[in-house]
Parts: sequence; structure tokens; C-alpha cells
Amino acid sequence: MSDITSQSLFELTSNIKEKKLSSGEITKAFIDRAQKSKKLNVYVTDNFEKAIDQSKKFDSNPNFDLKLPGIPIAVKDLFCTNGVRTTAGSKILNNFVPTYESTVTQNLWSQGAILLGKLNCDEFAMGSSNETSFFGNVQNPVGENLVPGGSSGGSSAAVAANLTPVTIGTDTGGSIRQPASFTGTVGLKPTYGSCSRYGIVAFASSLDQAGPMTKNVRDCSMLLEVISSFDQKDSTSIDYKRNNYSKELSKDIKGKKIGIPKEYRVDNMPDEIEQLWKNGISYAKDCGAEIIDISLPHTNYALPTYYIVAPAEASSNLARYDGVKYGFRSPGQNLIEMYEKTRSEGFGDEVKRRIMIGTYVLSSGYYDAYYLKAQKVRQLIKKDFDDAFSKVDAILTPSTPSSAFKIGEKTNDPVSMYLNDIFTVPINLAGLPGISIPAGKDKNNYPLGLQVIGKPFDEQNILNISYALEDKINFKNDISDWWLSE
Amino acid sequence: MSKNSEYLIERENKQYEVIIGLEVHAQVTSESKLFSQSSTKFGAEPNTQVSLVDAAFPGMLPVINEFCIEQAIKTGIGLKAKINKKSVFDRKNYFYADLPQGYQISQYKYPIVGEGKVILDMPNGQKEIGIERLHLEQDAGKSIHDIDPNNTLVDLNRSGVALMEIVSKPDLRSPDEVNVYIKKLRSIMRYLGTCDGNMQEGSLRADVNVSVRLKGETEFGTRCEIKNVNSIKFMQMAIISEANRQIDLLEEGKDIDQETRLFDTKRNETRSMRSKEDAHDYRYFPDPDLLPLEISQELIEKIKSDIPELPDEKKKRFIDKFNLSPYEATILVSDIETSNFFEEVIKNSDVKLATNWITGELFAVLNEKNLEISQSPVSAKNLSKLINLIKDGTISGKIAKTVFEQMIDGDQDPLIIVKEKGLKQESDPKAIEELINKVIENNSDKVAEYKSGKDKLFGFFVGQAMKESKGKGNPQLINKILKEKLNG
Repeated sequence: MSDITSQSLFELTSNIKEKKLSSGEITKAFIDRAQKSKKLNVYVTDNFEKAIDQSKKFDSNPNFDLKLPGIPIAVKDLFCTNGVRTTAGSKILNNFVPTYESTVTQNLWSQGAILLGKLNCDEFAMGSSNETSFFGNVQNPVGENLVPGGSSGGSSAAVAANLTPVTIGTDTGGSIRQPASFTGTVGLKPTYGSCSRYGIVAFASSLDQAGPMTKNVRDCSMLLEVISSFDQKDSTSIDYKRNNYSKELSKDIKGKKIGIPKEYRVDNMPDEIEQLWKNGISYAKDCGAEIIDISLPHTNYALPTYYIVAPAEASSNLARYDGVKYGFRSPGQNLIEMYEKTRSEGFGDEVKRRIMIGTYVLSSGYYDAYYLKAQKVRQLIKKDFDDAFSKVDAILTPSTPSSAFKIGEKTNDPVSMYLNDIFTVPINLAGLPGISIPAGKDKNNYPLGLQVIGKPFDEQNILNISYALEDKINFKNDISDWWLSE
Repeated sequence: MSKNSEYLIERENKQYEVIIGLEVHAQVTSESKLFSQSSTKFGAEPNTQVSLVDAAFPGMLPVINEFCIEQAIKTGIGLKAKINKKSVFDRKNYFYADLPQGYQISQYKYPIVGEGKVILDMPNGQKEIGIERLHLEQDAGKSIHDIDPNNTLVDLNRSGVALMEIVSKPDLRSPDEVNVYIKKLRSIMRYLGTCDGNMQEGSLRADVNVSVRLKGETEFGTRCEIKNVNSIKFMQMAIISEANRQIDLLEEGKDIDQETRLFDTKRNETRSMRSKEDAHDYRYFPDPDLLPLEISQELIEKIKSDIPELPDEKKKRFIDKFNLSPYEATILVSDIETSNFFEEVIKNSDVKLATNWITGELFAVLNEKNLEISQSPVSAKNLSKLINLIKDGTISGKIAKTVFEQMIDGDQDPLIIVKEKGLKQESDPKAIEELINKVIENNSDKVAEYKSGKDKLFGFFVGQAMKESKGKGNPQLINKILKEKLNG
């Protein structure tokens, strides 16, 4: 048996069910590795003591019918966890301990999983490199001083570094898929309305979705099966029949029509990404899929549209962090002064930047020119996909226009940072499911990902296509454990 | 409307007309809040009816209370208004300590109810007031500034309670019309059970828009909005004061600034709260946590079929069926409890007498004791018994008043009072004849005068006979027998 922490979720659950491993052993192995991996800075808050207790409790009365029997899992610190501090990577929630549990994490615990801790992320999920977190940068295990992507950077790093078997992130414009691509892991953003948003600290409500981040496609299907559920506590949750994703997982994609959108060949895209895409296409052909050239004509407008819609919603969603009810407060002589000091000191630069953009685009006199127009363009982008999906079953694109970059490389250039989301953002605007799988490496040996986009609620199909491609690509992340300390 | 009833404010040879529009905030009658399951009960300890949603904890989401939607539709139907099958909840963004989300969920561009109307019964006829729209929104919490000398305290019990904002067209022209309009609106909602209309508990408040113009002018003047006035009396005072302030400005050749004002009840004047330039930019946008609200025709039909008889229809029925005057009918239907009381009384007794007794004696007692009809000291059952005692001649109307006064004390049965006090009317002709003989005997001089042509003395004999009977003699019988005796 290989080292515990390098095992997949599938292997760990099999080993637990076959009583080859106990929950206690597994939990301890991940905690031990975490103690030696502080340099990566993936944890904002650990739950190690309680996790040990819970694993012992599981072992004393195990239930092997559960889908995540005694499996320890760390989650992004955007999910509210009952009794465990939840910060959203922000100073303003530095002391916030929820008295309630998000639906998605509750789904994990109900299937036997154990909370290992809360993973670092960009502040309020606003960022593409995990550099906006109040709790500091996260190191990409792929290489020193390399960003792990964002906003679910702690999550992607933790999976890649074998600090959690799997994790869940959230994706508003690429925050699951881009960090997965940067770390050589798998990340899926489900169809909007699949996973409940109840108890997830909101960034942009019409775009936010939780999703699985894993080592491979099978684990991804297993985790999606657990977290995707209809929830009456979220009015945008959709009641539809969810698949038994792991059971129905299949590499047979013969005859599937896969679209290649010409608009995703952007200027200055590195050759190696172009090559990665070509390889993906030929693997898909090898699997018997039919490749069809398609057009998504409004692709160019997706990024500006996103950077109007998301900040607009965020500016309103973050108004509740005012120092009155919970979280950080900086005292003032009067209410206005208290607000100003609390929010000035409590929020970081990127969050403030987006609040200001959002406030601006919703302001009287600018609303029609920005927010309203963006909503119209959003409909056009959605229609592009509707039209494309009348011809194809799925769409294949690169996940990101580049591989992971150095910490600090883009912090002074927000626009270049925003460009990271160019391939992922349209999928959120259209509410579609998208998955990033590791597909190759650049000249520095940094991982690169391919994205498979599906029709609404067609997660099974993109999982199957990814599963088939994964097999052909046979990607191996070579991570040297350079950060380990004794 | 006839010219002489117009409400006009005079200034040296000029007459100004006052234009008024109201935005009434009516609390929806509902056990729980608009987007959470917290209780809406009035008067609870501060911050005991607050859910995580009401306090805007991270990750909390609003879930619409369908009962509140039905209540709004019901009210819309009562206002003869268009129900919009698609409406949208928007966020109205502003910061305040008692607004936990940092925005109020309201309806801006697409309200649930569109144009409707309310009919006012004014002394000189009916007047129709247009309704512009009705929309649903959340109430904010309450900031309390006068308990702690150094801090403002916040009570979130009201936070998230469902309100209907009912916006009238600028069709109102006088403080009297405002009075009748608010009462009519309140009456309709109480009939429907959609708002209890309790102004003391803040269930009904209004923002009052006032502008003035010279009589005969067709363009509207610049309006000012007086925020959050919570009684009809204060609304009327605020309108008079604000209209005069605006007219004074115009008379001095000054402009009126469009602004939001507050009414100072102690000084009876409005003062500026914020000018148009300082007006909040609420940055309205559709709430992404809530899908557009879609209402099916089936639901509208179902609610329509549950709508009770409303004041206008009830008034018509009372006039047609019971032959009441429009004035009497208006009074009896103005409040659903009154009309229910009336209908309960007339189940077993005379309509004309019931109308007179309810609008006369009973209302006088309620006014004097400051009671609602639901707290009436005399039950409909006992009032109806009293009326039957009058009708069948057991007691006279005059005795009935004495009995009624005693009934007030603990809702006593009039039959028992009449029996115990021996107040039953004397209707035995023999006994009446006997006492009339006595009166004639004792007043032989007056009898002679009467017979010689002094007809006016007849009343004197009636009075004497009544006195002799200690008030219990049947007046008709006394009249009849006296006439026979004196004229015979």
C-alpha cells in the first residue's frame, strides 16, 4: 500500500471499507504531514484535535454505508462551519465563529467526513493567486514562490501537496478551475443551482458555486455526488434529479460531439497552451469523439461583463460587514466614523477596489451604461452557449492562458491578474458546468489544464469526457515535497 | 365636487390648491417575516425574534414567505388593482445600524401590484383616488437613541417584517380627504385580514407628498416628501403646515426645493431632512439571491374566490336590502367589526331600531369609554333582545335607555333587568283607564279648559298619566284612551 496521504479518495474509502486502514490512522497521517507543511500556509484554522476525536469516534462505531466513511477533509475558509472560525480570508471576519453549518459542508459530514480545518483563500474569494488573503500567501507545492492560483489557492495547494484527500472550493469566475490548473489537480464548477449557497460567504450571488477539487476525475465524481443537493434554504437551488456520478462514470465517449471555439485562441497565448489544446483534441478523437469547430462570438465581452456584474453584487453583499453585529470593529466617535474605520481597516485593497467598482457601476447615471448593459451582454454570452450546445455535447478549451506565475509578479497589475480568468469566466456568466483537468506541463515543468464545458446539469457528461481524456493524457504531477520540515 | 367644498388656502386675492399623494406602509398580517421564519408578534423583548437571516449573518439567504405574497395579492384585489404576474425583488442599498444587510429588499421597477383605485365617501359625494402601485418590502430594525446616554441600541425584532407600500396617485386635495382615504384603506385591509391597521403599533405609517399650485393651474408644483408620519392627525397637521410653508415661499417669490422633510409634532412644522442633492443613491438592482416572482392565474383566481364582501359592496347591500340611508350604511360598514356586530344584531331584531341604537347609544358609550366595537360592553345578543323588548311593546324607548345604561355594566340580560326592576310596560287597558280616570278627577279645571277648546292641554294629560304610571304606561294606549275620555 502506498503512503496514506498520497492515496486518492477512492483508494482511502476502499481501504477503510475493507478495514485495511482506520479513520484514525488516515486522519493522523494527514495531520502529521500538515504539521511539517506549515511553509505552504494552506491552513487558516486547523481542527486537528477535534478531527482526531471524531476519527476515533468513527472507528469505534463505523458506518461503511456512508460515501465518505471517516474521511478527513479540509475545506475552503468560505464555508461556514458550526463552531469553527470562518474568516473568508479577511481581517473583518478574523474572529467570526458561525453557529451554523453550510449545506455543502453539512452534506460532507452527513456522509461520514471529518473536518480537518479551514483552508486559505483570497479575501472574500476575490483574487486569482491567493495573494489577497489577510492570512498571507500560499505556496504552490509545484515550485517555491509560485502562486497556487486563486481564489481557492489553499484548497488546490492542499490537494496537490497531499494535505487533504479532496477538498471543496468555490468558483465565481474560475476560482476552482484556475487553481486546479496551476497545481495539476482536478476542479469542477457545477451548474449554477446544483450546490446550495446556504452558509457560503457570498461574493457574487448570481455566479458563486461550490465544487469539488480532487486528485483525479473519479474522486471528483464521488465528491460531487455528496455535495450536490436541492436545498430549500437557497432560493436559487434547483430541484432536479442528480446522477449517481461515480457509479455512472464511464470512459466511453464514442460519438460524443466536442466543440472547439475559435474565439478561445487569444492573442499572445503561449505556444505550449496551443499545443496542449491540440493534444487534447487528438486524445478526444482517439477516444472516438467527434470534433466540431464552433463559434462563441461574444467571448471577448465576457471578462468586462464579469468585472461589472461580480463587483456590483459584491459591493452589496459585503455591506453587511459594518462592525455592528459581528466580526471586526474599529471604534469611532459616531456611526459613520465607525463604519469608515471598520471597513477601511477590515478590508484589503482588492476587496476595496471591487466594492468601489461595484458601487460605481450601480450608481444612478451609470447603471444603464454598465450594470444593465452587462446584464444584456450576459444574456448574449449565454445564448452563444445555447446555440453551440444545439450542435455539440461539450466544449473543450484550455483552462487558463498561462501556467502558475511567481508570487508578487502580478500584484501591481490588477488587469493582468484579471486576464487569468479569461477562459473560465464565460462559464460562470452562463451558469454552466465546467471542469479543469491536468493535461500537460509548460517549459518550466509547471502544470497546465484543459477545461471541459457542459450543458446545464450535464455534469455526468463532462466527467465522463474528462475521465476518458485523463486516461489518455496520463498526467503525473511531480512534486518534490521541497517544503517539508521536520 | 361642488365648488364651495373645495379645500383652498387663501392669500390676498389668490387661492392655492393643495396636491397630496401618500405612500402608505402597511405591515402585512403574517405569523412570520417576509424572508425568514421569525415571529412578527408585537411587543416582544428586544432582539428575541431575530433569525440569522434577519441579522444578516454571512452566507444567510432570504427565502420568500408565500403567505405574504398571497396577502399582497389579496390587498391588490381589494384595491381593484392589476396583479402583475411577474415582479422582481430589488436591493435598496444604504448603510444604517438597524439595517443589518446593508440593503433593504424591496420592489423597485416591477412591483407585485399595479394600478388600482379607492372610492372615498365624502360629505358631498364620492371621489375616486387612484392607486399607482403596491409593492412588498422588508422593514428595518429599530434604533433606540434615548436609553443609553453614550450608545444607540438596536432592536432587530422588526427587521425583515413584511410591509406593503401602497402608493397613491396625487389625487388627494385636502386633509379631510387624507383622513377618509387612510380610514378607507385601513378598512379594506381589515376586511381582507391583510393588515391590522394598528397605527399605535406602527402597522400603518405614511410618507406624505405635498405640493401647492394656484387654483386653476394644471401643472403640478414642486413637491416635498414628509417622511414617516404615524397618525392621521399628524398627517393632517403636517399637510396644513407644509402647504402654508410652500405658499409663503411662493408669495415671497422664492422657489420650493424638492426635498425630504420631517414633521416636528411639538412645533407643528416640517423641517428639512435632506435636499435633492443629498438624496441617497440607493443603487437599486435585482436581488440575485431571489428569482423573479412569478404568480399563476390559478393562484390569483383562488385568492379572488376567497375575497370577502368589501366595504363598498357591503354598503350597497345594506342600502338595497335594509333600506338604510347612504349615511347610515357608510358608518356601519366603515369597520368590519361594526358591520359584523350590526349583522349579528339584526339576525333577530328590527333593522331600523338596530341602526339607531348602534349608531346612537352604543357609539356614544364606545366613544365615551374609548373602546373599539370588539370591546363593546354590550353584546350583539343582548342588544338584539333589548330592541325586541321595544319592538313588542314590553318597554318604551325611554325605559329602554334606562335598561341600556344598566346593561353596560357587565353585559347584563335586558329581560332580567326589566323583570327585576319591574320596568315592564303597563299595557292593560283597564289599568290605564283607571289611572286616566284618576288624572281627570284630579284636574277637573284643566279638563274644562280642554273641552272649551284649549287642545294644547292634551300633552299635559299625557304627561300626567305617564307620571301616574311611573313611566311604565304604554304611550300609545294612554293616547288612545285619553282621547276617548276627553273627546267622548
